[in-house]
Amino acid sequence: MQWLGLWHYWAVIILMMIGLYIVIARDNLVKKVMGLSIFQVSVIMFYVSTGKVEGGTAPIIPEGGHDLVYSNPLPHVLMLTAIVVGISTTALALALIVRIQEAYGTVEDDELNAIDGAAL
Amino acid sequence: MMEQLPALQVVLPLFSALLCLLIRNKTASRLFAVAVSWGCLAIALILLRTVQETGIISYHFGGWFPPLGIEYRIDLLNAYVLIIVAMISAVVLPFGVGHWGLSIPEGREYLFFCAFLLCISGLLGITITGDAFNVFVFLEITSLSSYALIAMGRNRRALRAAFTYLVMGTVGGTFILIGIGMMYLETGTLNMVDIANRLPLAYGSRTVLVAFAFLTVGVGIKLAVFPLHHWLPNAYSYAPATVSAFLAATATKVSYYVLVRVIFTLFGAAYIFETLRFHVLLIPLSLLAMFIGSTVAIYQTNIKRLLAYSSISQIGYMTLGLSFASINGLTGGLVHLFNHALMKGGLFLVLASVMHSIASNEIDDMRGLGRKMPFTMAAFVLGGLSLIGVPGTVGFISKWYLVVAALEKGWYPIAVLILLSSFLAVIYIWRVVEIFFFREPAAEKSIKEAPLSMLIPTWILIGGTLFFGLQTEWTAGVAGSVANFLLGGLP
Repeated sequence: MQWLGLWHYWAVIILMMIGLYIVIARDNLVKKVMGLSIFQVSVIMFYVSTGKVEGGTAPIIPEGGHDLVYSNPLPHVLMLTAIVVGISTTALALALIVRIQEAYGTVEDDELNAIDGAAL
Repeated sequence: MMEQLPALQVVLPLFSALLCLLIRNKTASRLFAVAVSWGCLAIALILLRTVQETGIISYHFGGWFPPLGIEYRIDLLNAYVLIIVAMISAVVLPFGVGHWGLSIPEGREYLFFCAFLLCISGLLGITITGDAFNVFVFLEITSLSSYALIAMGRNRRALRAAFTYLVMGTVGGTFILIGIGMMYLETGTLNMVDIANRLPLAYGSRTVLVAFAFLTVGVGIKLAVFPLHHWLPNAYSYAPATVSAFLAATATKVSYYVLVRVIFTLFGAAYIFETLRFHVLLIPLSLLAMFIGSTVAIYQTNIKRLLAYSSISQIGYMTLGLSFASINGLTGGLVHLFNHALMKGGLFLVLASVMHSIASNEIDDMRGLGRKMPFTMAAFVLGGLSLIGVPGTVGFISKWYLVVAALEKGWYPIAVLILLSSFLAVIYIWRVVEIFFFREPAAEKSIKEAPLSMLIPTWILIGGTLFFGLQTEWTAGVAGSVANFLLGGLP
């Protein structure tokens, strides 16, 4: 398994590429948003995995014990913010899709293009 | 009070945005938003003055010292960009009492001002902060509120434009997040000054290289650098007129600031331009942006779309100035930030007045409009002259610095190309000016001159393009010392 290097990076990269591919290749706007979420989650996993310290435990100082190895809590905390950002983005995107559905009657990108093209 | 100003610069619009939700009354929330934006401008002016007199301001949030705590660090560069953002919002918000061209139900206008103030606070936050992760957070505040603002356009295509911008903007923002994460991996810190001090130890590492790549592409999407500009024309064309004016004048400027920060403060000009030779990539892209943006602009039938493509070419000038990595080049790029904010803000406000009068932004519908709305269209002509770079306008100042920088480096073909691209600007501006002034009006409709509440903000910005075209001490002077400060390490 040595040739893999740090395997969790591979997991992140594969997840990220799946997300990006869905964003680019799917015509359905809801599926695009799903892809976007997968893409963002992959980055969250990337950050969280970097906080891992081998043999590390949760960063809480137990009574009397000081010589423990702790995981790095900072990336975890940062990702709390990123999760909030991700949720807001998804919510806003879905709200836009609802309004696109109301205005056009479809959420398929190719059909939307056809409608807009005909209106030109 | 005075030492809390850096925090207030961001906190004031942020909390006012929430208060707007409570006010609910259309007129009251509008007056409130205007007052807040003027307050922001006052704070920004005081901060610039303080920085000029006493040097860098370092504000520690909650009394936690950097690098542990979040630091707001204001040097000449951010003070200068803060002024641009605050000034444009202070001029655009009072524009045209109640005539915003929004698709908002009666009685919900306060939501618009809430989103607008959030956008302002995000932009100011990106500019003022000295913490890399903070940049990402404020970037997302700005982006989310600007997607909402763009979606308020009357045309239903505004919704699709906002969605496209959302998808691309999120990918860009996430790229920036990855870049910041990798810098954190290499340096173990998020404070920009700290990162800048520790990065040189890791220059050889591939992580740093990848971090830079992610950051540049991410910022490039937000900045609409040439091949990443796909979202911009639709977003600017279908957004409400005043929102286009605001975003065109500020959002891309702040992204440019982030790029300058990343290159010159975080990674260091020597590493980026001498080791990585980044200009080999950036100069051709800038030149392509200048030419393709202007050429596409010539063929547009919608005037807002024309200006949007012209923005892409103007962004090309700015990135070109940056990639010279010389004092004159960077001065040109930075002074063009301010100048382009003035002229594009002014031009988009003109279009907002036109939209108000004839309810259209199609060039064909604007035939002979110069006779009906002489003051408005005169402002358009002056703004257009400035885009071309006629001496006496601000556009000339920026191009002068760029050409001088190109000659200094001995890159004569680039100097020639800068001048040639100006001719393309002559074509697209003259084409519409001719239609406005020398064609018979389409039909005898009673079109009136725009009201004073629209003319005054427009002329403040357009008057600025003339004033700062002649009085260069404040703009080029400040930009010059910023460039000196950023390139301190380079000859």
